[in-house]
Amino acid sequence: MSKTATDKFTVNINGEDHKVEPKTTILDLADDLGIKIPTLCHDPRLKPFGACRLCLVELEGARNPVPACATILGPKMVIKTDTERIHAIRKTIIGLLLSDHPSDCLTCDTCGDCRLQEYAYEYGVREADFKGGELHPVRPQESDPFIGRDMSKCILCGRCVRICDEVEAAFAIDWTYRGFETQVNTPYGESLLDTTCEFCGLCVSTCPVGALTEARSKGKHRVWEAKKTLTTCPYCGTGCELELHVKDNQITKVKSRPDSLNHGNLCVKGKFGYDFVNSPERLKKPLLKKGTDFVEIEWEEALGLMAKKFAKIKSENGPDAIAGLSSAKCSNEENYLFQKLMRSVIGTNNVDHCARLCHASTVAGLAISFGSGAMTNSIDDIEDAGAILVIGSNTTEAHPIIGLGVLKAAREKGAKLIVIDPRGIKLTKFADVWLPQKPGTDVAVLNGLMHVIMEEGLADKDFIKERTEDFEALEKLLPEYTPEKVEEISGVPADDLRLAARMYAEADAASVIYSMGITQHTTGVDNVKSIANLAMLTGNLGRRGTGVNPLRGQNNVQGACDMGALPNVYPGYQKVAEEASRDKLGKAWGCSLPDSTGLTVVEIMNAAADGSVKGLYIMGENPMLSDPDVGHVEEALENLDFFVVQDIFLTETAALADLVLPGQTFAEKDGTFTSTERRVQRIRKAIKPPGEARSDWQIITDVANAMGDDMAYNSPSEIMDEIASVTPSYGGMSFERIDKVGLQWPCPDKDHPGTPVLHVGKFKRGLGKFHPVNFKPPAEEPDAEYPMILTTGRLLNQFHTGTMTRKTEGMDEVGPIASAEISPKDAKKHNLKTGDKVKLVTRRGEIEANALVTDKSRPGIIFMPFHFHEAPANRLTNPALDPIAKIPEFKVCAVRIK
Amino acid sequence: MSQKTCECQESKCQNSDIDCATVKQMVAAHEKKPASLIPVLQDVQQEYGYLPREALDIVARGLNLSVSNIYGVATFYKQFRLVPQGEHLIKVCHGTACHVAGAEGISVVLRSDLDVEDDETTDDMKFTLESVACLGCCSLAPVITVGEDTHGRLTPDKAKKVVSKYAK
Ligand code: SF4
Ligand code: SF4
Ligand code: SF4
Ligand code: FES
Ligand code: FES
Repeated sequence: MSKTATDKFTVNINGEDHKVEPKTTILDLADDLGIKIPTLCHDPRLKPFGACRLCLVELEGARNPVPACATILGPKMVIKTDTERIHAIRKTIIGLLLSDHPSDCLTCDTCGDCRLQEYAYEYGVREADFKGGELHPVRPQESDPFIGRDMSKCILCGRCVRICDEVEAAFAIDWTYRGFETQVNTPYGESLLDTTCEFCGLCVSTCPVGALTEARSKGKHRVWEAKKTLTTCPYCGTGCELELHVKDNQITKVKSRPDSLNHGNLCVKGKFGYDFVNSPERLKKPLLKKGTDFVEIEWEEALGLMAKKFAKIKSENGPDAIAGLSSAKCSNEENYLFQKLMRSVIGTNNVDHCARLCHASTVAGLAISFGSGAMTNSIDDIEDAGAILVIGSNTTEAHPIIGLGVLKAAREKGAKLIVIDPRGIKLTKFADVWLPQKPGTDVAVLNGLMHVIMEEGLADKDFIKERTEDFEALEKLLPEYTPEKVEEISGVPADDLRLAARMYAEADAASVIYSMGITQHTTGVDNVKSIANLAMLTGNLGRRGTGVNPLRGQNNVQGACDMGALPNVYPGYQKVAEEASRDKLGKAWGCSLPDSTGLTVVEIMNAAADGSVKGLYIMGENPMLSDPDVGHVEEALENLDFFVVQDIFLTETAALADLVLPGQTFAEKDGTFTSTERRVQRIRKAIKPPGEARSDWQIITDVANAMGDDMAYNSPSEIMDEIASVTPSYGGMSFERIDKVGLQWPCPDKDHPGTPVLHVGKFKRGLGKFHPVNFKPPAEEPDAEYPMILTTGRLLNQFHTGTMTRKTEGMDEVGPIASAEISPKDAKKHNLKTGDKVKLVTRRGEIEANALVTDKSRPGIIFMPFHFHEAPANRLTNPALDPIAKIPEFKVCAVRIK
Repeated sequence: MSQKTCECQESKCQNSDIDCATVKQMVAAHEKKPASLIPVLQDVQQEYGYLPREALDIVARGLNLSVSNIYGVATFYKQFRLVPQGEHLIKVCHGTACHVAGAEGISVVLRSDLDVEDDETTDDMKFTLESVACLGCCSLAPVITVGEDTHGRLTPDKAKKVVSKYAK
């Protein structure tokens, strides 16, 4: 008999016997069986609280009824959920709550979605039956961005306080005062802006009544009037499920369902950052540059012009004089078509996208170590890890919902949390050990960890022997990386390094999470290889809770890579250099394909500057803010003969184009995104596009046809079928199969259930390969002239170049703008206060930013987000490239305060 | 106020009269655990007469608690004041004896006369008004205290006059 079968026991509920697993609550069982028990203070995301007593049920043998939400079932328990006594108790509770509740249902925005209202109806309680007690006179406070508070409607269930603490770990609100005066409030009743609130809206999502609401949805529609469409978040690679509420073609509210993979949790971007969709600034017609201005033209003219110009460049200078940048914001179907257009219609492999700027080192480094360049495990795996090592990922800001998983594992499940980051990011507050390394010294720190693991005999010898090769080379390298030497290089205290090494190596399952802090270096590939070494050394691969887990930045950067929007590979990473793949795809696409590897993003810009690339087609990217040394990018773009940008707004980049084509947002089209955990998920059309904006897949088809091809697809679903036919890892994907929760690749055929964990039992490449790496300093180090280090990154409430987030009213208010974070010590030295203007100078240029003095920054290091055109950090960054991945060194350059 | 000696320079305390070194010392004088919260708050109140927001920030960092949590505790106990206290603290007794003898009337008149609610301070920083439980001299009900002085057998009108004497 299997273990679970023995552990199960029988209980009786409403006269029927059922077998249950240990640790099941009465409410869990009732939910499974579809027995309705009313609840107010319960939310499955929270620990049981047992305060409202509405869920009371009869337990045979117990004198008083017990709360179903907080009572764990035991063998032979007999439960009745709806006796007359229970009914009466519930009626009284509801009545008491109603008696102190404003009768505001007629104008309340939560009407129709309110638990109290629902139960009053169900139990037939009329407010008047209980009137007469004292009323709470608290007035509504609506001064906060995004979150409306009307505490006169609060029933004190405590869900908001608990979710803010237990799940978000923001601690912005709490119980205040006591007895009858008890109230949920911020410290001193101040605006949420002055608290530690992260504007995630989790409190709103859990409030069972109308006390907490989405402020900007007020008065927009009644709950039942909204059309609801399930889709996937257009911001980061976490891939949270969204439910868009739409009335009169306007998105009025965003929610997420409790049964989604993200459990109904969203971050501020996904929850509130939707204004860009309905923005009046959206492009509605193709625009042609005449002189310095744009004029609106018809689609036919635009497509004809584009075809003519590209044909001319192609005939005069060859296909490689044309290049294209695809988009990690667009769908898989669109990325697939884009690279197909470049390769099969134009005839060049010059196609790349912004993954180059974030995770090219991951793709390169993991492919040679394991044989596959993606996150090895799944997001929900993290909760099963015994130790989590987060390196170069500000998870709670850049991938907030994955951040919640890390926090939960560390705070509730006892996982050891090791954070390696130069900045005092939020995770460091919950870490068991924090190693603040000098930016750009990751290889030394990782080698140091492995040194300790070897020295203390913590390596997994069996794993190394059975599943890997070239271990000897690593073994030779490690002895010199003593903790003391590593301390000299990186500034990480030797003893902390030892502690961290033990924590990671001793856990049954340990997971590494990393992101751009690892990849955006001239040693990006080296960093990734070192992480792969560390995981293989300790056997932390191929099981739940383990893995090497790069978190991908853009919503569909994983998909854009999978679809071959890269200069050296076709869909599914089939190599351009291999004749067999060239033949296979050439046959599928009915053409012969070019065999020379194309240019990468930065190389395309260089080629544009020197005139060898003359025509450029950019879909949904904004290199004028996202690329390093944007001064150079601007010159390059100005130098092009013909430059087309397809986007939803006239971005900084589009402003330089000859022709601008209006695309559609995620809310206007069907398609799929692939999240960082390799999960292919649906996006669905929720509203009509503005003006004559066309979906990007439609535009690419139109361009291809204008150039004499005959691309014909009736829908994105058909495109996905073609993708499946040429991409082995997507072989089993179809819109039908991914309708509910999506599927994780590899999914080679229609019966394959998808793959949550890679490299189980065997690496994709056979044996895992160790690559010993020596520490190399960053390309630019501080010196007398530029004595400090500048590092760049993201903020919680903004995204990428701000094209989407900054169109949302209120979004700029909830975080710093154009800030440069600076340590108190350096601030003192330069006589700076928060809010002062500070001029920063590097060898590339200078900009002015707003000083933000914080002990998050350590002395000698300045941090700047790159979202702001007011202070474009990428005027300062160093375009020095990783030799293999060609990723620029965004994370370190030398800077001086002027 | 003394020259700022602190290194943290958080935006919030940059603009205030709170000397964070003093508050840090108060925190340091106690064990770094949540149970030290109440004694630390008492010290802060002793120093400033109330619990300034900026001081709570420093206490929160020092004891590894959230400000919202500390505020919750501070409001739970009557002894803590959250706004600066006026020159004279007026306590209106609402114990049983005083309640029966008309304490509410006194509070109503004083609130309107001083134009404050309970637990608030007048704009000129002269008076802070509070309602309290039994002051222990029930035979004099209804009773108020102004600073150290006790005044008994009051009517609303008399209370007003008593207070006005302190206004000079
Ligand atoms: S929005 Fe999020 S952080 Fe802010 S109070 Fe609500 S739960 Fe807490
Ligand atoms: S505001 Fe809403 S969630 Fe918070 S305690 Fe009140 S009713 Fe519960
Ligand atoms: S975590 Fe990422 S995917 Fe989820 S809501 Fe936030 S931005 Fe969207
Ligand atoms: S839902 Fe169980 S006690 Fe509130
Ligand atoms: S009741 Fe007022 S002094 Fe006792």
